[in-house]
Amino acid sequence: MFAYILKRLGLAILVALAVSMIAFLLLRLSGDPAIALAGEGARQADIELIRKTYGFDRPLPVQYVEWLGKTVRGDFGESVYFRSPAAPLIFSKLQTTMMLGVFALAFALFISVPLGVAAAVYRNSWIDRLCLALAVVGQALPNFFFALLLIMIFSIWLRWLPVSGSGTWQHFVMPTIALGYYAAPAFMRLIRAGMIEVLEADYIRTARAKGLPATQVIFKHALRNAVVPVVALAAVQLGFLLGGSVVVETIFALDGLGYLAYQSITFKDFPVMQNIVLLLSVTYVVLTLASDIANAWLDPRIRVA
Amino acid sequence: MEALSSARAGLKIVAGTLLAAALGSTGPALASKKDDTIRFAYDQAPENIDPFFNNVRSGVIIGAQVWDTLVVRDPKTSEYKGNLATSWKQIDDKTIEFDLRQGVKFHNGEQFDADSVVYTLNFVADPANKVTTQANVNWIGKATKVDKYKVRVTTKQVFPAAIEYLAGPVVMHPARYYAEVGPKGMSAKPVGSGPYKVTSYVQGKSLSLERNADYFKGGPKGTPKISKLEIRFIPDRQTQMAEMLSGGADLIMHVPKDQADQAGKVPHLQVVSGETMRIVFMQLNSTDNTPTPALKDVRVRKAITHAIDRESIVKNIVGAGSRVLHTQCFPSQFGCTDEGATRYKYDPALAKKLLAEAGFPNGLDTEIFAYRERNQTEAIISNLQAAGIRAKLTFSQYAAMRDSIRAGKASLTHQTWGSFSVNDVSASTPVWFAFEADDITRDPKVRDLLIKGNNSVDPNVRKDAYREAHKLIADNAYSVPLWSLPVYYVATRDLNFEAYPDEMVRFWEMTWK
Repeated sequence: MFAYILKRLGLAILVALAVSMIAFLLLRLSGDPAIALAGEGARQADIELIRKTYGFDRPLPVQYVEWLGKTVRGDFGESVYFRSPAAPLIFSKLQTTMMLGVFALAFALFISVPLGVAAAVYRNSWIDRLCLALAVVGQALPNFFFALLLIMIFSIWLRWLPVSGSGTWQHFVMPTIALGYYAAPAFMRLIRAGMIEVLEADYIRTARAKGLPATQVIFKHALRNAVVPVVALAAVQLGFLLGGSVVVETIFALDGLGYLAYQSITFKDFPVMQNIVLLLSVTYVVLTLASDIANAWLDPRIRVA
Repeated sequence: MEALSSARAGLKIVAGTLLAAALGSTGPALASKKDDTIRFAYDQAPENIDPFFNNVRSGVIIGAQVWDTLVVRDPKTSEYKGNLATSWKQIDDKTIEFDLRQGVKFHNGEQFDADSVVYTLNFVADPANKVTTQANVNWIGKATKVDKYKVRVTTKQVFPAAIEYLAGPVVMHPARYYAEVGPKGMSAKPVGSGPYKVTSYVQGKSLSLERNADYFKGGPKGTPKISKLEIRFIPDRQTQMAEMLSGGADLIMHVPKDQADQAGKVPHLQVVSGETMRIVFMQLNSTDNTPTPALKDVRVRKAITHAIDRESIVKNIVGAGSRVLHTQCFPSQFGCTDEGATRYKYDPALAKKLLAEAGFPNGLDTEIFAYRERNQTEAIISNLQAAGIRAKLTFSQYAAMRDSIRAGKASLTHQTWGSFSVNDVSASTPVWFAFEADDITRDPKVRDLLIKGNNSVDPNVRKDAYREAHKLIADNAYSVPLWSLPVYYVATRDLNFEAYPDEMVRFWEMTWK
């Protein structure tokens, strides 16, 4: 197990480094950073001064190493638009986005596990068809449309929930549903497929023959084995949810990292853009690593691979 | 079956959660009149609350509630009234002396006096302090204290619009506090002398204000009546509308016309539309290097002007509150007039005739740049098409379009300009006709007239020079003035709300019905 972890860790670090190189290069390829930092209407003399001050005139590898060194130590530079250090700005918004991502994932699992199990246990019946239909609708519905639909029903018609903001737990209900619903169908189908496969196994027949109640057979014996691929998917989906929350954050006025990313692109806030890309990518790498390790722990066969 | 009973248990949990949500939630507060609070939602949050360090409309609005200027311009009579100053006089071409109001305190108790004015003006005039909109402050030479309640402000060059800027974006900060905390500290804990003071601020999310009970009496802003303001930053327009519909907000602005029309049908809402100072016009590139040489012929330019049905577009597309313009400035701006300037009636047949005379019997091909209100651009293009002018559209971001114009790549443009709400022609017309970067006409006679108007302190000399310049521009059809843009506000019916062309929301004068 230990050797496996070490190998995966090494790979993860390599991937993170590669990602950092891409993040660094991408933003420089999209235009002259000195012009972006100097702002609109800047004269040539101002641009040259910025080029010298920030060291943009030095060779790229030198700039990269210096940037990486500073970033790893937590110095993310200063936000061009907000004129304040980028690190505290990014981390303060990160909290909201992380909460939203985790809640959305929990919601997705909360609805997909029962639906997936029901679909598998009653496969090919009308229950199965219904669950599959819900899956298709979930993936076809654009999340901004779904969000507005939720607002219309729960805030305007029923007046049960507040429209936007982030003050109380009620403010997070609709954003969680809007964001998490999109991830649910993939889980549901995976659980259904896994359960169908597992339910045909010999040891399940044995458990039934032993006279164990259906709940125990399904949840204690079958689900535990079917859930292995779901763990892997969950980690990947969390990364996806963190990166894809811009729309939900904008609609529900949740001042999170997604919205900050959108603002930094609009205002060409170079240092913030770069560090958000890096932060989200590294988070994704860490989550994938965590899911690999969790998988290996759950299913010893993977450790040999 | 066991599986079904588990499913039933699950359903019970879900139903319970929803019910708890319904009972536990306080529900959207419909009681804004009851708790004497106006909840205002705006899309863009200022990056810094200090009015000198942001350039978004919400920052300008907050600036006028929390801070005061030396003078204010009465939106109805257009005359300047003393605010923090009680009187002023022009000492020479470049110096104004102000007598200051006594007994005014900032929200933290600090006294307002000459030191506040001197420190603020000298701080913002210094380019090293990087005030965001330099044009608002780079005309300031220096401020000097004459005695405790008397200051002299000197401008760098002759600058007749100085009073206009001191009535708008240039607010007064408390000298001791500002020197201590600087712009960052001022944004974290704002302190001004205005009718409302900040009680809490979460950057990018919300701002809470309460009435300043000690606001000085006898000033032009009067005495604020409503006790609390809650400003929330909601980026999505649909969400803002949803908040209005569900009773979660009391006022929103910049509502698109079609949504405003629908909001008007909702019983608890009212729609108020107001004209703004934002003018819409088309620039025509008639320089030597123009991509469309036909534009150098005045007949072609007149044809373009005759081809556009401005009245109809204003009525059907732009909306209530806007008006057709005949000169490239906003009518309330000092020096803006269309007296004596040629007016062009909508006449596509005449347009075709003029084009034929100029040597284009089969019309001509050109392109048009635009960056906003695409529905208006498309109406213009279809009008031009009917007169034989085939204009290909390049729709882009403002900065990209501006760069193309300055590089001489644009033939026709569909643009707007808000003049930073400055009510003086020096903030508009010269931008396109005084040989600056955006001038794609380059007529030296027009330039000289505008410079004469910009540099005299005698209002009559200024008016005459500007009038002649506008006449020259219109007679030569150098550009096509189109219309002014309205803004739609949606408010709760309980609120007495009035819209003004400077897009300033005057919370201090609002009351409940």
